[in-house]
Amino acid sequence: MGQITLENVTKSFGSTEVIPPLDLTIEDGEFCVFVGPSGCGKSTLLRLIAGLEDVTSGQILIDGAEATTTPPSKRGLAMVFQSYALYPHMSVRKNIAFPMRMAKIPAEEQERRIEAAARALNLTDYLDRRPGQLSGGQRQRVAIGRAIVREPAAFLFDEPLSNLDAALRVGMRLEISELHERLKTTMIYVTHDQVEAMTMADKIVVLRAGHIEQVGSPLDLYRAPRNLFVAGFIGSPKMNFIEGEEAARRGAATIGIRPEHIAVSTDSGPWAGTVSVSEHLGSDTFFHVQGTGLAETITVRADGEVGFRHGDRIHLTPRDDVIHRFDEQGLRIA
Amino acid sequence: MATKASRSAARVMMAPAVVLLLGWMLVPLTMTLFFSFKKYLPLRGDSLERGLDWVGFDNYIRFVSSSSFWPSVQTTLIMVGGVLVITVVLGILLAMLLDQPFWGQGIVRILVIAPFFVMPTVSALVWKNMFMDPVNGILAHLWRFFGAEPVLWLSDASLASIILIVSWQWLPFATLILLTAIQSLDSEQLEAAEMDGAPPQKRFWFIILPHLSRAITIVILIQTIFLLSIFAEIFVTTGGAFGTRTLTYLIFQRVVDSQNIGLGSAGGVYAIILANIVAIFLMRIVGKNLDA
Repeated sequence: MGQITLENVTKSFGSTEVIPPLDLTIEDGEFCVFVGPSGCGKSTLLRLIAGLEDVTSGQILIDGAEATTTPPSKRGLAMVFQSYALYPHMSVRKNIAFPMRMAKIPAEEQERRIEAAARALNLTDYLDRRPGQLSGGQRQRVAIGRAIVREPAAFLFDEPLSNLDAALRVGMRLEISELHERLKTTMIYVTHDQVEAMTMADKIVVLRAGHIEQVGSPLDLYRAPRNLFVAGFIGSPKMNFIEGEEAARRGAATIGIRPEHIAVSTDSGPWAGTVSVSEHLGSDTFFHVQGTGLAETITVRADGEVGFRHGDRIHLTPRDDVIHRFDEQGLRIA
Repeated sequence: MATKASRSAARVMMAPAVVLLLGWMLVPLTMTLFFSFKKYLPLRGDSLERGLDWVGFDNYIRFVSSSSFWPSVQTTLIMVGGVLVITVVLGILLAMLLDQPFWGQGIVRILVIAPFFVMPTVSALVWKNMFMDPVNGILAHLWRFFGAEPVLWLSDASLASIILIVSWQWLPFATLILLTAIQSLDSEQLEAAEMDGAPPQKRFWFIILPHLSRAITIVILIQTIFLLSIFAEIFVTTGGAFGTRTLTYLIFQRVVDSQNIGLGSAGGVYAIILANIVAIFLMRIVGKNLDA
């Protein structure tokens, strides 16, 4: 079991309020991702849940039981840190065994769990090495192994992939997702990378300056962002925002259209502009179109085979059914 | 060094320092070695002009078989060991204390280094006259305030007193090195240990202490080299009486008090060998530290 509820939780450092009153429920077995720009309070929120920081006011419930003042070790949560935080003077085996040793679990049971975790994480050959002799991805797996053996109610991940190179990050992303499928344990995952959020989450919590901007499944957030911030944060490349006459014509202060919802052609379309940069990725091509009179730049995603170049004049056709409309306050108009 | 040119330039520029240091070391070392194989008693009329008698290893054998040799080795070991234990243990505690954020941290850290800047002779005199004096010392006043008989520190607890004085001088050194080591500990490691269910004393034992192990070794080895040659503190306070005659002090007495330069030189060679054994370990560990 691992249901975590935050009720009216606030956090201040001195006179600075980092987290204004906040309510959130994370269901048992859910993969919940906190995402937001740096400094938005997502790591602080995770540390509040872990117990590494004290809440200024409000309550934290774990499985319905009051845990606001429970020390970190008694909350039954396991955390994977950004720097992995492995103990450098201990072998991998001892690192993984450390929490069990602290909990005074019998040696045979420890051994059994270490073997199981090592097998699950492909670490069997490395058990007697020191962390210093491992690669970044292997260290990450050791940190996860150390979390698994505690059989926690929930896993907390604090930007665990940000120290890995791009290729490894994709691999580890898959491994963590698979781990969640297998263990079915609650996982809370903090990242600033919206791709990680979209690909891994059951539920995404978008944070800005300590406020929850929106909570929902990845596709909910993609299809119906509640405001301009979420609309701009979720999705890559970013959504295009158009203000002025074109928006007013559709009864909104701002309209948003995703790059993948605009069709390009050489001759016909309501909008026209000049290609300033074209990025060819092979599978896709991104055109940055200027001089449309709508916004400074409009980003368009087209098929990889479409070959416009810098300076080409092209026409754009937005798909009317997926245009997002926002009012003066930046809120979505349904 | 990137290129051959810069490498040879470095050599040329370092040469004066190397030559000076070598000369500074080699001349006394050769003279000590030379005297240690000679009978050289200036009061009995021996002098360099008249030529000294070659006595082989006589001086070496006599130095070791003297009745003061083993007690002086014992005193040396107790003194060095005692200072090491006190400075390392208190150094770790002070370093952890100074690592905590508190108001006036910078000033306190500078104050902590202060004892290290005081000359050994001066600090020994201050301790002898202002703290440990049985009539006017602060400690004597303190004892009398509680109705106790003042302790005659330098005669009744002479070795302990000197250990105290020397520890006071070396504690800042240990504290500073251990403080920098503690500051390099990743705070996430401590948090991870906290999440893993380790209470503070276990976090200290399993995380902080192993992290400090190399710094502690370096403190021990560097201090050992310097502590083996403690002289001023003994000379100023007890003059080697009351069981405070260390190996260094014994050599001094052989040369200056007994005017037996050959015998003292032989003792000096023993001391050089001892210091070099420690230095080899030190260089290995520091070298390993630089590689990692």
